[in-house]
Amino acid sequence: MQQTAKKSNVVKQLRIEKLGFSLLTILSIATVIPIIAVVIYIIYLGAPAISWEFVSAMPSDGMRAGGIWPAIVGTFYLTIGTAIFSVPLGIAAAIYLSEYAPVNKVTQAIRLAIINLAGIPSVVYGLFGLGLFVIFLNFGTSILSASLTLSIMTLPVIISTTEEALRAVPQSFRVVSVSLGATKWQTIWRLVLPQAIPGILTGVVLGLERAAGETAPILFTGAAFFLPRLPNSPLDATMALPYHLFVISTQVPGMPIQIQYGTVLVLLVFVLIMNIIVTVIRSRARAKRQW
Amino acid sequence: MDKIIVENLSITYSDGVESLFDINLRIPINQITALIGPSGGGKSTLLRVLNRLNDLADVSKTTGKVLIDGIDVLDPTLDVIALRRKVGIVFSRPLPLPLSIYQNVSYGLELMGEKRKIVLDNAVERALRLAELWDELKERLHDPANSISGGQQQRLCLARTLSLQPEIIMLDEPTSALDPVSTAKIETSLIELKKDFTVIIAPHNTQQAGRIADQVAFFLQGKLIEFSSAEEIFTRPKDKKTQDYISGKFG
Repeated sequence: MQQTAKKSNVVKQLRIEKLGFSLLTILSIATVIPIIAVVIYIIYLGAPAISWEFVSAMPSDGMRAGGIWPAIVGTFYLTIGTAIFSVPLGIAAAIYLSEYAPVNKVTQAIRLAIINLAGIPSVVYGLFGLGLFVIFLNFGTSILSASLTLSIMTLPVIISTTEEALRAVPQSFRVVSVSLGATKWQTIWRLVLPQAIPGILTGVVLGLERAAGETAPILFTGAAFFLPRLPNSPLDATMALPYHLFVISTQVPGMPIQIQYGTVLVLLVFVLIMNIIVTVIRSRARAKRQW
Repeated sequence: MDKIIVENLSITYSDGVESLFDINLRIPINQITALIGPSGGGKSTLLRVLNRLNDLADVSKTTGKVLIDGIDVLDPTLDVIALRRKVGIVFSRPLPLPLSIYQNVSYGLELMGEKRKIVLDNAVERALRLAELWDELKERLHDPANSISGGQQQRLCLARTLSLQPEIIMLDEPTSALDPVSTAKIETSLIELKKDFTVIIAPHNTQQAGRIADQVAFFLQGKLIEFSSAEEIFTRPKDKKTQDYISGKFG
């Protein structure tokens, strides 16, 4: 009697477990559906606009025709500019915080500031950049000002993911290295950083992708409404994909819808290419890693 | 001849736990000195003082003197890097670095700026031979270090320490994670190595001290209870606590 009661209890437990797993599977599929839907929708509406002319020509007819070449180039420049400032600075800051900084009030305050920076709305960065870079430092509305503004926005992401990646390297490796006569910096450079590179790259690409897609921070600092030529110095303003999208979606009457969605598609592909490049570098680094 | 002289050494960690209390010890050259006693007795702390690895720990106060070849190890102006090359350590778990077998052994030399391939090749071979690993691994030097067995990994760690041609080799329970065969190999190596090096080991049990040690120091709760030749300690211990420990009454 008792035996069968026990058995039916186990059967019931198993049934509940099965139900639970099915539920989790359904939920995880559900999270992917909107993403796929969005992508299909964009491709469906945007693909007709894509042509060689679209990605290589200047806009014409008040942006209602022609291409978006200057916006593509602009976003490329802004992303590179952001990387130049934020990647070395972010990694250096993370190394300091993770490996050198003593645990005290000051470093706790720095950490808190970084976390809070990540939560600030992007338009606030835009205003800050306008005040500091465009007006006070007199860089004007330029690629330089916009890149610096985007860098400040990107830094917290790079710092916190890099710090996380550095901390994931086991402490025992550091002790062994020091016991073999390594200085702290030798240990970091030869042992810790190579181990952390895949994690750091993830942070870098997350940060830069966000920078590539943001509108608000470049709105006041470097983005041009309409500039049918390529920028020829970092102190030039530039068109950029996200801002261009904003402009043609809200500011230009009689805009063919496929040009809007074509622009979105190009931006999406731009971010996708960044992702692919980093994934390749990361998997190479992982394959080289002996652990 | 005494290689290491420890005088009135006391160490307090920041959390207030007194880890070593008034230790006096003379460790002879070219012998195996075993530090025995229950865990938490201060053996690891003593080892980590000798090459200043304790600098990485949260030590609040160190008093007394530690002399190696007459040089004060605790001197804040001491070149700790040179000290660590002279006083090597092998840890209780095999801890190969995430590099190849070859790179593990050449790591210490490369830190010193050695780039000549022929010098590195020779040093790697020499160290691996000393750790009796060369014949097993010579065909696969560029494999990842974690692809070999645990016993081999620990001997690789020994080879890595030997590559710097230290004068003193310290081993902190080096065989605690190893099977009996690998343990025997390490022990044989150590007996061979004492001809050229001064060996200090915190063995993972008393029997191991009995098998290989020339001198034995018994530590209990941060105090050095007894220190004499292995024969004395195991046959005629002077202190009741030593006797109780080696006969297995506690520990």
